[in-house]
Amino acid sequence: MKNEEFGILIVDDEPAVRDALQSWFQKDGYCTETASDVIDALKKLSVKSYDIVLLDIKMPNISGIELQKRIKEVDADIVIIMITAYASVETAVEALKEGAFDYVTKPIDPDDLSKLVRRAIEQLKLKKENIQLRRQIDEFIMSEDLVGESPQIKKILELINTVSKTDVTVLIRGESGTGKELVARLIHANSSRKYFSLVPVNCGALPETLLESELFGHEKGAFTGAAYMRKGKLEMANGGILFLDEVGMISIKTQVDLLRVLETKKFMRLGGHKEISVDFRVVCATNQNLERLMKEGTFREDFYYRINVFQIDTPPLRERQADIPLLAKHFVDKYAREINKKIDNISSEAMDVLMKHDWPGNVRELENAIERAIVVTKGSVIKPDDLPLQMNQQKSAPAAGDSLEAQEKAHILYVLHQAGWNITKAAKTLGIDRVTLYNKIKKYG
Amino acid sequence: MAEKVTSMPSTIHLALIHHPNPEAVEFISSRISHVFKIPVKLQHASFDPRIAFDSRRQQYDSTVLLAELLKEIQNKEDKIIGLTDVDLFIPVLTFVFGEAQLNGNAAIASYYRLRNAFYGLPDNPDLVLHRLEKEVIHEMGHTFNLIHCPNYRCVMQASTSVDEIDLKTGNFCPTCLEKIRQE
Repeated sequence: MKNEEFGILIVDDEPAVRDALQSWFQKDGYCTETASDVIDALKKLSVKSYDIVLLDIKMPNISGIELQKRIKEVDADIVIIMITAYASVETAVEALKEGAFDYVTKPIDPDDLSKLVRRAIEQLKLKKENIQLRRQIDEFIMSEDLVGESPQIKKILELINTVSKTDVTVLIRGESGTGKELVARLIHANSSRKYFSLVPVNCGALPETLLESELFGHEKGAFTGAAYMRKGKLEMANGGILFLDEVGMISIKTQVDLLRVLETKKFMRLGGHKEISVDFRVVCATNQNLERLMKEGTFREDFYYRINVFQIDTPPLRERQADIPLLAKHFVDKYAREINKKIDNISSEAMDVLMKHDWPGNVRELENAIERAIVVTKGSVIKPDDLPLQMNQQKSAPAAGDSLEAQEKAHILYVLHQAGWNITKAAKTLGIDRVTLYNKIKKYG
Repeated sequence: MAEKVTSMPSTIHLALIHHPNPEAVEFISSRISHVFKIPVKLQHASFDPRIAFDSRRQQYDSTVLLAELLKEIQNKEDKIIGLTDVDLFIPVLTFVFGEAQLNGNAAIASYYRLRNAFYGLPDNPDLVLHRLEKEVIHEMGHTFNLIHCPNYRCVMQASTSVDEIDLKTGNFCPTCLEKIRQE
């Protein structure tokens, strides 16, 4: 920003002071105006906005302090620099208490005046940048949205809206790929913590010791290989939200450590002796049956009740089939834009395939299927052949029992065979992560 | 306030106030004519600078001196710069190295605070001369409607200490030079 973009109003009853200061600031390129009394000053402030007011503390009929209060009523963001003929500490303190930026004593050292105004301008610039950045963040985070018009989605949006304004711990439950992280992001975006970080931790992806180090951080020399001090996710989440994904995978020992942190909001880095205070909100997510884990003794009851204050269930896609066309259109628009391809629509035959599919990998699977279709399609309309092969072949997949579990097991087996038991490839096809696939293999034996 | 100057001045008057150094006068005169490409006419100020003296502050009010300098020129298109060795001030500030009318006709510069002796340092006449040269060109620049420049090497960079004057050069940066050409 250039100096000419900043407006300065000089309020002083002495014409010589007004003229000298106006001339001084005009040579710095500022847009400068003067006022000789209270009425003149308030009149000018009512028709134009100024960034800085240089205000004589001793004015006829009214004190500078009183005028400062009136100016702040007109514009609370204005920077006021008081000018005083006497270095009275009491008056200066009073002015500062009432919100003055600083004060200077007449005659003013040119260097002091120059530095003071530069400092005020820097603060104003930071303030303006901050407002602009917040606006950009607002626009950015509002671009993420839960797509769908089903009653289930409407209910979730209502719950997000209710819980975002509070600071309670939230547990998001649902199958893999149902959008648990998106719900966490929406809670963050609508909360008062949105200008601080949302720090996700995938608890299922790391072994116990690594997870501890990831969460708590460590001091230099805490263990072999700890060459430097490293801050953990708990510290990084200060002011924001800590998102513990796959919370059911956390070991009993780490649950105990975490429970203490959640209750006291204090912790120590691994190998450290200094207690660190943090302020964060916790949002957890799981696709596991925590109640069953409690019965099996792998999940602590106290930890369960600590994290399950407010629960949001994300429904599987097969339970909200009506949202499939909307979601499909949303992903078509998203990836066509990203890949820079002109895709107008999805053919009715392809939509039929999408509607008939069971979507064990839920929205994530649908998203991957659409992304793939946009990459491979030759025309501007997505056809059944553009969709992943297993969707079209679903009818010829091995017969299985009617239960959901039996269907899921059969489908996973089918994909694993197709992928030659390559876990990464199969997980990618299923639209789930490797850890989830391992868990499902373990579950179905 | 400053009168609007609408065309190029035919002469820049260099008015000597009080007892300026004769060597400085010759050097400054040649620099002004070289930089602004306008003939310089040397003259002694006809007024007594004591009219601007403030006995309480023991300094000279530069705004009063500027008003007096304006009376020294007959042709309204000419410019005048006063050169002095007295300590200058404007009412709200503790001191000024010089003062000028923005886009006006008159300017003044003093070398009272440009001397090393003022800061208790050994004298350095060459350094003082170059500081004065920069201050004179700077104040003259204001009369050509130039404001302070963010380029720290440009002569139009604002200076509130001799260190800052020493840091900049005695030349205009390309942006200020272009502006002065347009003026």
